[in-house]
Amino acid sequence: MTTHISPQMASSGTQHGKFEPYVNNGGTTLAIPGKDFVIAAGDTRLSTGYSIHTRQSSKVFQLTDKCVIVTAGMQSDASTLHKTMHARLVHYEHAHGKQMSTEAIGQMLSNMLYGRRFFPYYTFNLVAGIDSKGQGVVYGYDAIGSYQSVEVGAMGTGQSLIQPLLDNQVAYKNHQLVPSKELDLERALSLVKDSFTSAGERDIYTGDSVEIAIITQEGIKYETLQLKQD
Amino acid sequence: MSLSFLDKSYNAFHDDQSFEEANSNTLTLYKEPGLVVPPTFNNAGFRDQSHEIAKKFAKGTTTLGFVFNKGIVIAVDSRASMGNYISSQNVKKVIEINPYLLGTMAGGAADCQFWERYLGMQCRLYELRNKRRITVSAASKLLVNIMYSYKGYGLSMGTMVAGWDHTGPNLFMVDNDGTRLKGNRFSVGSGSMFAYGVLDSGYRPDLTEEQACELGRRAIYHATHRDSMSGGIINVYLIREDGWHKISSTDMDHLHWNYVEDKKKEIADRNKL
Repeated sequence: MTTHISPQMASSGTQHGKFEPYVNNGGTTLAIPGKDFVIAAGDTRLSTGYSIHTRQSSKVFQLTDKCVIVTAGMQSDASTLHKTMHARLVHYEHAHGKQMSTEAIGQMLSNMLYGRRFFPYYTFNLVAGIDSKGQGVVYGYDAIGSYQSVEVGAMGTGQSLIQPLLDNQVAYKNHQLVPSKELDLERALSLVKDSFTSAGERDIYTGDSVEIAIITQEGIKYETLQLKQD
Repeated sequence: MSLSFLDKSYNAFHDDQSFEEANSNTLTLYKEPGLVVPPTFNNAGFRDQSHEIAKKFAKGTTTLGFVFNKGIVIAVDSRASMGNYISSQNVKKVIEINPYLLGTMAGGAADCQFWERYLGMQCRLYELRNKRRITVSAASKLLVNIMYSYKGYGLSMGTMVAGWDHTGPNLFMVDNDGTRLKGNRFSVGSGSMFAYGVLDSGYRPDLTEEQACELGRRAIYHATHRDSMSGGIINVYLIREDGWHKISSTDMDHLHWNYVEDKKKEIADRNKL
């Protein structure tokens, strides 16, 4: 961490490091909901500045049998958030004898983030799951808990490279003539893979490998895709 | 452990005579949500950093609301930006508090969303306690009191609370420094001056419902056209005695080309005369 010392402090002999609680560890996450499935993915590179700390740090965290969260931003806040959410979900399951619904998890995360309104978690989250109607949903959040369900969500350092293209290819935004057609799992998966390989080529914080969670009514399957190691 | 205090408040809803007494008991049960603000914690060193993160979602907006003889029109855009990046083109900036109350979103998305959801809860509790709907005036005051109590903490919110109560249609503007204004015409956000221009020149109290909705839509359209921080889809709501109705949700680009066509026709007709 960089330490800044003001001139006054240096001349008086006392040294106070400036409190800098936030670091962006980079990385990209992505989630696409379909009619009866949802895909969530995150790359596994973790950096600060120009240094790569590890090539196998997961951004995907499984919350229930049909819900995962993917988090970009700062790793320490992400891991705290995931652990706290996990504790809340375990508690819920013991109290109610069932797992929390994806919709309830969505609102819970919003409340947890807003609870830290004045010292926010530096995290940008996507909650991907199957809702109580059996349909795929993705909720996108800002750092302090504003959230909305999205047709396609990308977060993190590669967001600006991926989101506009997938708005066009998944949500059929900004088309004049092409009618929207239903997205199947195969096409969604191939879009996810292409998005990450492309973002990896242009974003220094995205690379190494991608963890992909494919969620259906039957359960969650994981896939890994290798990206370039530079 | 005894939970007698719960029994007391439970009985209260079934027994009118102990209503007053119960009300004072139940009040302590419903407190504001606990936000983490350590009293000894000095965040001066990273206030800029945390504010930047906190405001990283919705900034830049145009919202408007006006009262006319038949009710209230609420119209908003749908863009959210983080600096130069457009983080969303389909934000829901009208918050449906309950079937008779609407809130609008300008400023921090999370602040608006969270506190207006909380306001919805308080309005429902008011109904259960008092067996009648809350007035728009009282609802907006609940919200402004929260804003005032958090003054200086950096909340960001510019909202209109609109609805129909036993006094008729009501419109209030509430913001984060504790302002609460009653009025017939408001526009809030970075594009508000453009919207006001159209709204003020086209406004009459005796507008029909269709004319009023079109005025609101056109005012927001002009704001999206001239303010880069506003854009996307234009949502129009109408509030009548029977509550709010969502009237339309139109891409501003479609509106633009429709308006261009209309103008062309108008010029052609004028040249024929």
